[in-house]
Amino acid sequence: MLSLRARLALVASAALLGMMYILPIWQVSLAAPQYPEGLGMQIWLNTITGIKPNDLDNINNLNHYIGMKRIVPESIPELRLMPAIVGVLVAFAAAAAATKNRKLATLFVVAFVALALAGLVDFYRWEYDYGHNLDLENAIIKIPGMSYQPPLIGSKQLLNFTASSWPAAGGVAAFAALLLGILALRIDRAPRVSARDAIAVPLGTATV
Amino acid sequence: MSSPRRSRFVAAGTGVLALVGYLYACGPAKTSSSMVGATDAPSRVYVAPGTQDEFYAFMSGGFSGQVGVYGLPSGRLLKVIPVFSQNAENGYGYNAETRPLLNTSFGEIPWDDTHHPSLSQTDGMHDGRWLFINANNTPRFARIDLTKFETIETLEVPNTGGNHGSPFVTENTEYVIGATRFSVPIPQKDVAITSFAENFKGTISFVKADEAGKMDVAFQLLVPGFDYDLGRPGKGPSHGWAFFTSYNTEQAYTKLEVNASKNDYDYIAAVNWKTLEACKAAGKSKAWAANYAHNTYDDNRHMASSEMKKSVAVILPADCPGSIYYLPTPKSPHGVDIDPTGEYIVGGGKLATVIPVHSFSKMMKAIEAKAFEKEVEGIPVIKYDQVMAGEVQNPGLGPLHNEFDDKGCAYTSVFITSEIVKWCFSDFKVVDRVPTYYSIGHLLVPGGDTKKPYGKYVVAMNKITKDRFLGTGPELTQSAQLYDITGAKMKLLLDFPTIGEPHYAQAIDAKLIKDKQVKFFKLAENTHPYVARSESETGIARSGKNVHIKMTAIRSHFAPDMVEGVQVGDTVLFHVTNLEQDWDVPHGFAAMGSWSDAELLLMPGQTRTLKWVPKYPGVYPFYCTDFCSALHQEMQGYVRVAPSGRAVALQTSTKARPAVPAGEQ
Ligand SMILES: [Cu+2]
Repeated sequence: MLSLRARLALVASAALLGMMYILPIWQVSLAAPQYPEGLGMQIWLNTITGIKPNDLDNINNLNHYIGMKRIVPESIPELRLMPAIVGVLVAFAAAAAATKNRKLATLFVVAFVALALAGLVDFYRWEYDYGHNLDLENAIIKIPGMSYQPPLIGSKQLLNFTASSWPAAGGVAAFAALLLGILALRIDRAPRVSARDAIAVPLGTATV
Repeated sequence: MSSPRRSRFVAAGTGVLALVGYLYACGPAKTSSSMVGATDAPSRVYVAPGTQDEFYAFMSGGFSGQVGVYGLPSGRLLKVIPVFSQNAENGYGYNAETRPLLNTSFGEIPWDDTHHPSLSQTDGMHDGRWLFINANNTPRFARIDLTKFETIETLEVPNTGGNHGSPFVTENTEYVIGATRFSVPIPQKDVAITSFAENFKGTISFVKADEAGKMDVAFQLLVPGFDYDLGRPGKGPSHGWAFFTSYNTEQAYTKLEVNASKNDYDYIAAVNWKTLEACKAAGKSKAWAANYAHNTYDDNRHMASSEMKKSVAVILPADCPGSIYYLPTPKSPHGVDIDPTGEYIVGGGKLATVIPVHSFSKMMKAIEAKAFEKEVEGIPVIKYDQVMAGEVQNPGLGPLHNEFDDKGCAYTSVFITSEIVKWCFSDFKVVDRVPTYYSIGHLLVPGGDTKKPYGKYVVAMNKITKDRFLGTGPELTQSAQLYDITGAKMKLLLDFPTIGEPHYAQAIDAKLIKDKQVKFFKLAENTHPYVARSESETGIARSGKNVHIKMTAIRSHFAPDMVEGVQVGDTVLFHVTNLEQDWDVPHGFAAMGSWSDAELLLMPGQTRTLKWVPKYPGVYPFYCTDFCSALHQEMQGYVRVAPSGRAVALQTSTKARPAVPAGEQ
């Protein structure tokens, strides 16, 4: 049986996961001297957009020089699946909180971790594909041995651009949701070590 | 154009200067303290790399017909805005999209002479929406949109000969005002020039200006046949009035230099436009037949269109009592400037030895008391001593124009003695003077025609530069000079060259404009009849002798880049759309042997048309003229031209079958 505090953590986790529907999950920004106003794209649960209205088209236009495929959100199947996957996770968390079922909560966390890892692997795979599978026949700029895979997380120099890839607000919310899910499982069982109290107590007092 | 006029100035200037040497023994102080060297001038005008100027200055390009945009205090040229002259650099006035802006009742006119830029106002303050400017030669007004720095509207003014006293705005941009510099037969007719006094008239025009695309001559006041020089609307208490200088009240029609300089007093016309509005509303105007062009530019169609207007409302002073009075003003006045409070009406007599300052409140009292000395063609002339607030003594010879600071002082340009004099309304006494190099015409204080001038700088616009810059043959650069006016003494900070004659200029706080700039045009909103919004919409089609090619440009190629099927005798119309939707990525387009049009310069999302008429069979290259990308040099294509009558199938590199263009142009 889950305690009230654990159930509240699960509700908060579900709510944070829900933020993924309205906030961008990931952001890849490109910096170069002749783009003082910046250039970049954001990955949302169901689409990819430019940070500014035409950024995605402009990135695609620049990418044609190196023979990179156009990034067309409609052609990426994952973007159609992700809203449903996150929906299932939210349902798990909510169901666990409602039924006080610890096993359901555990299932939620395990599924969350698995899907998050799968998501990152998938993201890496796409980045690898875009960065390596170039149309060398029609590429204008060809540098032997050069590939253009953006970093999974962090910054990397790609020709004249510094590409930076970081979680955006929705991604941070998802990470916090995962921490809350884990917290929900551990909150009652955890040995009363002072360091843990520091996390658990403010949460308890704030919600009880 | 420039050399006879300039040499006339020089001749007149030197002749009079010799005289002035005797008259003004204590003349302008040419002390070194007023010049660069002993001052902190370099740091005052230095705008470090990566930083930007504080003010935009819009300077008329004079006989270039354009407007130059400069940063202040650096004096750096930022842009030339084509207005009344063709501009081969970007194709303005050459292509089908922009040519209608140059249309007039005389047909298309590729040149004019711009004099007085005027920034739109709200409540007597610059609001950063539009800039208006006049065409002096073939009378017109233009409106420039300050989000794009492009001309979006031009309006011809009927019944006018030389649109000089314009286009100053009323305090809420209700109207831009205009006045005929040259009186002419109105309506025009073939008469003896010696019948001037009988047949020649002047007009004062009020052009509705508060809505873009809807400029209209609201009404014209028919006035005696003098020369009307400059004008200014009132502000604050004098809002509702406009003031115009007149000269040649002698009504000379030959040798004006002498014959129009005989009277000791000419007039400032005080015109009540609210009374004129009421008279028109009461049906006291007459609809006179006229023929004048109104031209507007549509941002979505990326194209201008022209319509002819056939009638104009004319009001005779006799039909509208109280609409106009004359204020006697010494010696062929040029400038008439209203101080920031709206109380003082400051004249500037080209040949005067004082600066006359009229009082608006005294004028209203004199009108009430009917303190008139006479009537001229039915227009009451108010007694000089009943409107006079004061005369500024010893201002130098030939005071022309006044602008104001935020501390109750005025800066007057003085042409013949080539200086700026500063004086204050508190006592009408000159407090400072500084030389200009050389022969200053107008001057500008940022915000100097508003209710709250910035009072930081004064810019002198000079007619002569002589030795101020490296020589460039007989045709020397034009120039302006920047002075600091924050202290008790004016200090020269900078000379900078300008395009054309910088006749008059206005400056505005950059903050009011710079963040509103359009960066590109949205392709999705482009409704040009021959737009291709993507490469799949490109194509070629024949319509009689016209071959229309819908083409796109994007880094770094044209689509199509191969065109066949054209014959000698055809007219090829390249309708090129720039597909870019990014900031600062224009493309250009030019085709070899293009003898009627200039290049196209295409802003992102914009469509323009190059008319190309091949003369000989062959294969001709076209290419991108604006360095756009690393592969700019590869941005090129070919058009094949067959001999006349030899049919080659129409084809392009992007389309096997021709696309049907949206319509005939
Ligand atoms: Cu180009």
